[in-house]
Amino acid sequence: MILINNISKTFEVSKKKIEAVQDVSLTINDGEIFGIIGFSGAGKSTLVRCINLLERPTSGTVEIDSRELTSLSTKELRLVRKKIGMIFQHFNLMPSRTIFGNVAYPLRKSGLSKKEIREKVRELLQFVDISEKENAYPSQLSGGQKQRVAIARALANDPKILLCDEATSALDPQTTKSILQLLKRLNEKLGITVIIITHEMTVVKEICSRVAVMDRGRIVEEGEVFTIFTNPQQQITREFIKTTSNLQKIDALIKANSQVVTLNPGEIIVRLSYVQRNASEPLISTVSQKFDVHLNIIFADIEIVQGAPIGGTVAIISGERDKITKAIEYLIEKHVGVEVIKDAGTIE
Amino acid sequence: MQELLNDLIPNIMSKLPAFYTALSDTLLMMVWSGIFILIFGLLFGIVITVTRKGGILENNIIYQILDKLINLFRSIPFIILLTAVMPLSRLIMGTAINVRGAIVPLVLGTVPFFTRQIESALAETDHGLIEAALSMGSSPVEIIFRIYLRESIASIIRGTTITLISLVGLTAMAGVVGAGGLGDFAIRYGHDRNQVDVTWVTVIILVVLVNVIQVFGGLFVKKNTHKT
Repeated sequence: MILINNISKTFEVSKKKIEAVQDVSLTINDGEIFGIIGFSGAGKSTLVRCINLLERPTSGTVEIDSRELTSLSTKELRLVRKKIGMIFQHFNLMPSRTIFGNVAYPLRKSGLSKKEIREKVRELLQFVDISEKENAYPSQLSGGQKQRVAIARALANDPKILLCDEATSALDPQTTKSILQLLKRLNEKLGITVIIITHEMTVVKEICSRVAVMDRGRIVEEGEVFTIFTNPQQQITREFIKTTSNLQKIDALIKANSQVVTLNPGEIIVRLSYVQRNASEPLISTVSQKFDVHLNIIFADIEIVQGAPIGGTVAIISGERDKITKAIEYLIEKHVGVEVIKDAGTIE
Repeated sequence: MQELLNDLIPNIMSKLPAFYTALSDTLLMMVWSGIFILIFGLLFGIVITVTRKGGILENNIIYQILDKLINLFRSIPFIILLTAVMPLSRLIMGTAINVRGAIVPLVLGTVPFFTRQIESALAETDHGLIEAALSMGSSPVEIIFRIYLRESIASIIRGTTITLISLVGLTAMAGVVGAGGLGDFAIRYGHDRNQVDVTWVTVIILVVLVNVIQVFGGLFVKKNTHKT
């Protein structure tokens, strides 16, 4: 378990104090994938560097498995760091070494023989699925391949924790996905606690179980990813969620007066969103039959987060006004978030 | 052949033993001072890199002292340094003249330059690599040898090539303290006695020497470069 207690970090840049991290406390459980999301400059990279003390916090403590790190000697700290892997946005592979050499780097003086090191490196390269590049140099690899090698290197000393500092931010969406799958696999198969720093909500949505939202050096919101997605408390969290959902496109369409959203009298546009983990009922058709209204789905965006559907649909409802009202009441009863976006008014 | 050379470069052929001595003096100065320059330059280059602000062994006092000393010695013209350090030469080498006497000023005159070359070579090392090494639990010594020196080997060789070439030029001045060498030979016979062929031959030999250093340096750089 990682316990971050009241950490603050202040930098002094040309006589000006910059409070990068302010009084942050977090508990990260063994074996979970924990996300820390924030815009650039929010202090998340500094925070993650405080976990392995690449940055020493100005105040506060870091405990890993009830061992307080800030009071360790430099030698003890080096041993602890060997058990905390870290990967970076720009991979940080050594250009002068081959892939094999890069992964073997942390294994020197680990007590393994040359032969054992060779076996270990091959095993790691196989795990991250890049065995064939053993003798290549980093400059010959693509971004995704480099990150795989970096992950293999970070795993060399069998760490219990893996810190990912914007590990997918320099990768294209498809490669990002495959790297995230790899992170998930090492989390599940090796039981490694993964801490992910990112500014992309899709990354959080894809693999994290819990997430903390960071803004200007502070954690403003923290919780299970599903809860955060369905019931965000802070404006900044909502903004992050918006970036992952198509449901916001309706606003742009309305603004542009698109053909799709032109209403006839009596029709309204609603945004329906799932806020509970029970979207198994065929709500749309039920409502349509029960209340004699028509629902024309403009678009839908539903994804599975932590095993439950998240998202919703934007639809045009047409029918008699009191029936529409009843239908909406029914939906709210069923814990569906209903938001009327545009109303053409009742038929005169 | 012999006759052709006698015709072409009569003044060289007439004092071949002195010419060979001059050549070997130059090479001796290069080799001996080169060894010390390499050792001290690398050492100081590393120290100034790791002790600077944000370095892995940040230490402002050591950094400032070294930085100012380098600037001090770099601003003294070599010809002045040659004579100014004679007492020190006598203390260290036992003599202030000949090839032995030239080693101390050559080292003092070149080490600061080479230190800066090493410093800028090491500064090219991606900070991310240092951070990655720290995160893997590497010690400062490991980082110096396994990251800094190894990753910037091409730049270090490049800096060494430049330094050795400028060293060739400096050895030519060492005649002031009676160290001999090709430069001194050229001045004494080529210039003072107007034996132009002596000047030409020395220049050609120096050009060859510089090119040999440059070519070998280039080869080493190429062999150690894996960046695209």
